[in-house]
Amino acid sequence: MKIRHLVFVGLLLVGAAVLLAACGGGPAASGDSEEVLYFYNWSEYIEPELFDKFKEETGISVIEDTFSSNEDLLAKLQSGAEGYDVIVPSDYMVDQMIDLDMLAELDHSKITSIGDIDPSFADPPFDPGMAHCLPYMWGTTGIGFNWNDWDEAPDSWSYLFEPDLAANFAGRISFLDDSRETLGAALIYLGYDPNTTDAAQIEEAKNVILAIKPYIAAFDSDSYEDNLLSGEFGLVHGWSGDIFTAQLEDENIDYAIPREGAVKWVDNLCITADAGADPARYERALKWIDFLNQPENAGANTNFVWYATPNMNATPYIDQEILDYEAVYPPEEVFAKLHWLEPLGDALEIYDRAWTEITSQ
Amino acid sequence: MVAPGKQATLSRAERLPGVPAIRIGNVVLSAYSLLFYLFIYGPILILIVYSFNGSRFPTRWAGFSLEWYHKLFQNRAMGQALRNSLIVSSSSTAISTVIGTMVSVAIERYRFRGRTPLDAMLFLPIIIPDIAMAIMLVAFFGLIHMSLGFVTIIISHVAFNISFVAIVVRSRMTTIDPTLEEAANDLYANEWQAFWRITFPLLLPGILGGALLAFTLSLDDYVITFFTSGPGSTTLPLRIYGMVKTGITPEVNAISTLMMAASLMLVILSLWIQGKGDAMG
Repeated sequence: MKIRHLVFVGLLLVGAAVLLAACGGGPAASGDSEEVLYFYNWSEYIEPELFDKFKEETGISVIEDTFSSNEDLLAKLQSGAEGYDVIVPSDYMVDQMIDLDMLAELDHSKITSIGDIDPSFADPPFDPGMAHCLPYMWGTTGIGFNWNDWDEAPDSWSYLFEPDLAANFAGRISFLDDSRETLGAALIYLGYDPNTTDAAQIEEAKNVILAIKPYIAAFDSDSYEDNLLSGEFGLVHGWSGDIFTAQLEDENIDYAIPREGAVKWVDNLCITADAGADPARYERALKWIDFLNQPENAGANTNFVWYATPNMNATPYIDQEILDYEAVYPPEEVFAKLHWLEPLGDALEIYDRAWTEITSQ
Repeated sequence: MVAPGKQATLSRAERLPGVPAIRIGNVVLSAYSLLFYLFIYGPILILIVYSFNGSRFPTRWAGFSLEWYHKLFQNRAMGQALRNSLIVSSSSTAISTVIGTMVSVAIERYRFRGRTPLDAMLFLPIIIPDIAMAIMLVAFFGLIHMSLGFVTIIISHVAFNISFVAIVVRSRMTTIDPTLEEAANDLYANEWQAFWRITFPLLLPGILGGALLAFTLSLDDYVITFFTSGPGSTTLPLRIYGMVKTGITPEVNAISTLMMAASLMLVILSLWIQGKGDAMG
């Protein structure tokens, strides 16, 4: 009987002890002499050795939590989670978060490496002059394909928009379910600016998409990479990051940036507003961002994640294999033709009207 | 008590005339069972097999390898997530087992005002969708200005685990003859003594079963944990879900295989304890 007594009391004690330990280890503990930074990041999106290196250089321990989508990140922060210092939202999410006053401004004088950012990333439309965030990794919106179908990479929008060529993949083509991305791709194919507000050009782009509409299986932004893997889709318009994920499961899957140009996107290092309100946390956050943007560290990250870094001086630290991979680092003449999607204000209505016509017919 | 009765009906069915019909029935039944088990265990088997695959591509078998287990043990973030999960599961299990047991004893053995509403309310956390419960909890923590982290996850897990523990313990409680406790009281044991010497030992298999269920539910939970977690408290399910977006590697297979082995061991342990408890009772 005594043993059972002990089991019960033991359970209680374990519970109490663990709870206490958890309280002590949580972010609420301020008496800790050790400096800690909370980093909220995409999973597998940083070279893990950098945590130790940062600790050696500054004495600050980084604790990483992970999220799986921009919407999850937003939901988490809006639900009242305080304590995250540095977060990694994508461009459109930065735009939203700035509007919601969720980000602190970036003190450029504390970022010694800010001059290493490639000028083509230094003034993004969603955050002019990098006032809030430092670009972390970038990619493009292009074409995902399977090498079983091709001898040479389909590096042109004509494979999707030329009716004769698209017919080869009738019923197996998908486009992103996003008016700006998909009409933007058609505009680039036609040689126009994907940020145009000229109604006639947008009309023309709409007609290009309507002409190949019979061959389109779906407008899909969420599961197209799975469908590409399963063979349901043969040729997809999608984000480079998603296609590289699919590539991890099937080496025949690959990605091409069309020669005509493409839309580019970027994930960013930002400081949360609540970290910005606390000078000690803000200081640590700036150190971490500056550390990640040191050319050597930015290069190490690219080698680990296989995404391109916007740090132009990181090139000597990046594996040649990645620099030669055109789906990550496009040749200069294509790089020059990459566009941001800029906020359009009222002109967005023209896109939305065209988009409704496309999806409803 | 139930098992012998069941056997009796089965053997009666087997003795029915019309032997060939039953043969065909047996074949169909076996085939059906086989398919059923294949459906349930097939994916698990594939998952386990591919955790030992030398290639990172699930489309290709490249020989037996422990590479992914090696990688897993070197993955610091994964180790951290496992540690977080264990903190959350063990503390929420301990707390909810104690409270759940006390609630079951109170409802089954005592009459008091508010007993019926309490009885009904106990089922609420099981019925309410996870997402609704998660949002309610987050709103509540916001209201009382509690910063999200380990403590809020544990409180939330306790909130839903109490119900599951209580259900398991109560079902055991109904099998215990109340006259045993009355007899103890007649022999001058006070209620405290009667509980610890009579009720508790008889209840123990139920309590352990309930604790095990609570531990498993807590270890698995994604939705409620996602909403109530804060900086530094990413649990294993949150971590694994995050990895899905950046590509499922065989590392995920490896951690799943290990988790499955661990829960299997826990189940066997609990059955063993329950068997011992029954033998002693």
